[in-house]
Amino acid sequence: MSSVSEKVIAGDVRTVARLIRDIDDGMPNVREVLKELYPATGNAYVIGITGAPGVGKSTLVDQMISHLREDNKTVGVLAVDPTSPFSGGAILGDRIRMQRHSMDEGVFIRSMATRGHFGGLTLSTRSAIDVLDAMGKDYIIVETVGVGQDEVDVVKSAHTTVIVVIPGMGDDIQAIKAGILEIGDIFLINKADREGADKTLSDLRLMTDMDQKKHEGDKWTPPILKAQAVFDTGVAEFLEEIEKHRKYLLDITEGLQFRKDKHRVQEELRDMMKNRLIEEVLDGLTETGEFEKAVDSIVEGKLDPYTACDNIVLPALATNTR
Amino acid sequence: MVNKRRIRVMVAKPGLDGHDRGARIIARAYRDAGFEVVYSGLHQTPEEIVEASIQEDVDMIGLSSLAGAHNYLFPRTVELLREKGADDIIVCGGGIIPDEDIPVLKEKGIKEIFTPGTTLDNIVKWVKENVKPR
Ligand SMILES: Nc1nc2c(ncn2[C@@H]2O[C@H](COP(=O)(O)OP(=O)(O)OP(=O)(O)O)[C@@H](O)[C@H]2O)c(=O)[nH]1
Ligand SMILES: [Mg+2]
Repeated sequence: MSSVSEKVIAGDVRTVARLIRDIDDGMPNVREVLKELYPATGNAYVIGITGAPGVGKSTLVDQMISHLREDNKTVGVLAVDPTSPFSGGAILGDRIRMQRHSMDEGVFIRSMATRGHFGGLTLSTRSAIDVLDAMGKDYIIVETVGVGQDEVDVVKSAHTTVIVVIPGMGDDIQAIKAGILEIGDIFLINKADREGADKTLSDLRLMTDMDQKKHEGDKWTPPILKAQAVFDTGVAEFLEEIEKHRKYLLDITEGLQFRKDKHRVQEELRDMMKNRLIEEVLDGLTETGEFEKAVDSIVEGKLDPYTACDNIVLPALATNTR
Repeated sequence: MVNKRRIRVMVAKPGLDGHDRGARIIARAYRDAGFEVVYSGLHQTPEEIVEASIQEDVDMIGLSSLAGAHNYLFPRTVELLREKGADDIIVCGGGIIPDEDIPVLKEKGIKEIFTPGTTLDNIVKWVKENVKPR
């Protein structure tokens, strides 16, 4: 085993931090490390938290950390914020709410930017989860802003997916895409100190009830809870629901490790293959300038995109399968 | 897309004064320059800043101070990084810092000091020239 892997498993913070950087930056050398780490993963429980900007996700995560630490559980946090499409830079501000845990050795907090990679966010976040898992964290909490498909996919691969809303979102609740409602294992109405929490609750209940078809034969009905994260109200109850969901999952997988769930494995492997193919083929083409040339030809009206695609993909596949 | 190193910067505001306008402005300028900026908020101790910077694997820490405690806070941050074997992380400072303090701070390992007279463009330029993403 490489010394990097050994240090990760031993919980060395600097090595873990550096490795996540390499994953994020798409360094090919991380693959070998991740292979070595894989057998040491599968022990952490992964919670995904998503919701509109400013609903209180980081504040909630901060309180969750405190509760889990009281139970002597170690916690890893991945807080994902959007990359600016204009500059490629990002301001990652979720840590502000979690400051008080920075000196706690049982807590590792990492901010990540969505970057540009299409579909790659899910993959790099999953790899980062694996690293924190191998490092020995009992719980891993992933926070994303529930706007883009990528961000939603990230939390979808958690064991328990939590959708956070706030009162008074009114029509916004209706606007929550059906896709988002579907992935919620638990709904949390935060800022319940504000007016309209009960209305939001009944609106949400109506919508999830209508969505029940999906849960037919399912023993899990997504609970809708109220909380006031800043005041630590309702957070303990929320964690109890997460625990119930964990037990439910353990039941249906008959005690198997969650990640060996066939459906999950299918999805992960497919994503990984897709990404690897894109990496190998598309990035090569970008480097040689072939992609840009094809774009120019289409823009200048010399070529149709279907032919351009054939011209690029077919030879690339031929060389890659040699 | 692959092999794309990005500069990561921690913007931190140690000390007790309650203003972080300057820190926010600089954070935005860094973002607009294409850096990933971890902003960790007000009232951080050097210990907290260093721990967070290691977890975040940043290339540089930008400290901002208005209250005059920079002569302790800035060198202490450098010292802690050294203790943790993380002194490859560059430390810079900004804020209201008297000219006579600057050579002393540099002596103690603060790589550069930006005073209120330094333009954002020049700060960004300095970072691009002096901080290489690992
Ligand atoms: N009134 C009230 N305010 C809250 C509550 N929970 C969080 N807040 C406040 O809501 C604001 C946003 O909180 P964050 O935790 O940063 O929200 P977030 O969803 O992580 O925000 P982004 O990461 O920017 O999308 C802060 O000012 C919190 O103090 C609550 O229960 N009630
Ligand atoms: Mg947040």
